[in-house]
Formats: sequence, structure tokens, C-alpha cells
Amino acid sequence: MAPKRTLIVCRKPPYGNALAREALDVALTAAVFEQPLAMLFIGDGVWQLLDQQDSAGIKQKNHSKVISAFPLYELTELYIDADAMQQRQLSHDHFVVAVKPLAADELGDFIARFDTVLSF
Amino acid sequence: MTLHIVNKSPDQTQCLKDCLRVFRPGDGLLLIEDAVYGALVNSPYAALLQNRPLVYALIADIEARGLSAMDTGSIKRINDKQFVDLTVQHSPVQSWY
Amino acid sequence: MQFSLLILGSPYSSQSVGTAHRFAEATLESGHSLYRIFFYHDGVYCGNQLSCPPQDEPNIPAQWSALAAQHDIDLVVCIASALKRGVIDSDEAERYEQSAANLAANFSISGLGQLIDANIHSDRVITFGP
Repeated sequence: MAPKRTLIVCRKPPYGNALAREALDVALTAAVFEQPLAMLFIGDGVWQLLDQQDSAGIKQKNHSKVISAFPLYELTELYIDADAMQQRQLSHDHFVVAVKPLAADELGDFIARFDTVLSF
Repeated sequence: MTLHIVNKSPDQTQCLKDCLRVFRPGDGLLLIEDAVYGALVNSPYAALLQNRPLVYALIADIEARGLSAMDTGSIKRINDKQFVDLTVQHSPVQSWY
Repeated sequence: MQFSLLILGSPYSSQSVGTAHRFAEATLESGHSLYRIFFYHDGVYCGNQLSCPPQDEPNIPAQWSALAAQHDIDLVVCIASALKRGVIDSDEAERYEQSAANLAANFSISGLGQLIDANIHSDRVITFGP
């Protein structure tokens, strides 16, 4: 079977809904199966990438720690919605990993390059 | 070409607006469940959805919500089998919720 | 064409589980096949055999079980999502020393690898969001 090009789209902020974390688990599993995978953080999903998350007070696992481990799993195809970043006045210095910005007019063509899109 | 499936009313979440930001000419857009309210010509969001090609809404959801007699303008009403056909004709398929 | 479905919604809370079931039936009626239906997040409640809906509402777990039996479809609930939500088969019940198991007939409980495998073996993976 030919590998499928798969995109995981993350639109939820972390912690408020388990879907944000569950998307990361899918990504880590795909990496273990050595399937080509990219992730795109859109809208409020960009908040997942913030450094300095401290979730001890809400008794949840630290979301950013999972993301910071992505390079160890060779998960490096990480993309961000540049408009969402700008609207929230975020810069790459705020992020726990390196992400590649995509402008609004690039997003549609980017998504269309994949065989499967899993949305969370 | 991508098929976008939206299942929330435009007032409920950002998903329709996010979807339309990435929508390209030639992509398909299917409104299901609460998203069918956006299919109405009298919806505050009609300007975003009317008179675009390849915008569809699920008949079963329109009927269930008492919207059958209301004007859905240029939006094509489709049944469940045509929903399947759309997912065959398009790749990838992206859900927005 | 071969389809797999990813179901995230909670039965009895979200319409999306019903939409997914209708979609599954329509794919079969159109001559396509279903490789796997993967239940993740709150979707795992679809595998709870102990659901007792009133008589005039559908028994959603039983509907999925019947569809799987009739068409030989693989129904998988994600183990990580399921166990913490109390959806458990007899092997896991024994492992965690629980007094009962409740996984509905024709469902199996397995890891996220089954979603990745479904993606590899299917022409389409359709997500039904919560």
C-alpha cells in the first residue's frame, strides 16, 4: 500500500476540550507507523503552540510538552495559519516548536495536496 | 478538489468562516446538521453562501428542522446517497465542526 | 471505493453519530465498502452495550452492532478514549480488576494504530465531528 499523505488540522485551543490533546496522540501514532504526516494549526488551534504552559493547577498533562517532543518523532511538518497568528499578535518566539506560516491564500492549495484530512 | 463538510450553524462556531477562508474555486461545500440554517436565503450569512457553485445542503436535515418550504436559493439540496457521491468525487474531505 | 469513518460525537448528545450511521448505510447502498469505523473521543460511548434508551428512541450501540453483523464491518473503539470513559471489554475488565464489562457485540477495543491502518487501507476517511 502506498503511504497516504495525511494532514491533521487542529482548530481547538488546548485543555478546554480533549480533542486538542487527542489530535496529538493521532500524530504520535502516525509517526510510530512511519506514515507521512503534516499538522496545520488554524484559528484558536494556534494557542496549542504557546511556550510557558503550566497546567499543574488544572491537573491536566502539559500540552506544550507533548508538542515540544514532536521533533524526536520526526514530526517536523508543522504549519500555522499566519492570519490567526497575526490576529492574536503572536510571534514565533512564543512557540514551543518551529512552525511554518501559511498565508490565507496558500491554505486552500496546501490542504488540497493531501489524501486525507483529519480534523480536530 | 477538496470537499468541506460543515455541521454547525454559522452563529454557533467559527467553522463556516474558517472553512470559507481556505475554500478555493472548484472545492465543494456541504452543509449538514445545524449548518443547514446557513443555507436559507434569509440567513444573515446568505451573502457568503448564495450564488457560489458546488454548495450543497442535506435534505434530511432541512426537512427535520422545518425548513423545507423556505428558500435555499442556489444551494442544491441532496440526499444521503448524493452525500456519498460527493465524497467519492472530491479528495481530500475535510470536516469542520 | 473503500471507506473508513472516524466518529467523535457522543450518541444521544450529538446528531453526528446518527449522520454517520446514515452515511454508512448510504455507502453500502451505493455499492461501496466500509473497511473500518473508528470511534474516538466521546464516540466510544457508541460501544456501550448498557445504553437503555426509551422504546421510542433508537438503541444506537445496537444499531452499529447490527450494521457490523450484517455487512461484516470492523467497529473499533479507541482503547485510550474508551477505558477512561468506562467502556471496557472482558479482557480489559479482568486486567483492571473491574466487576463488569460492557462493550457491545461486534465492537473491538484497540489502539490508535487501527485508525492509521484504516487510513492506509481506505480510499476515503470521513470525520464526523462532535
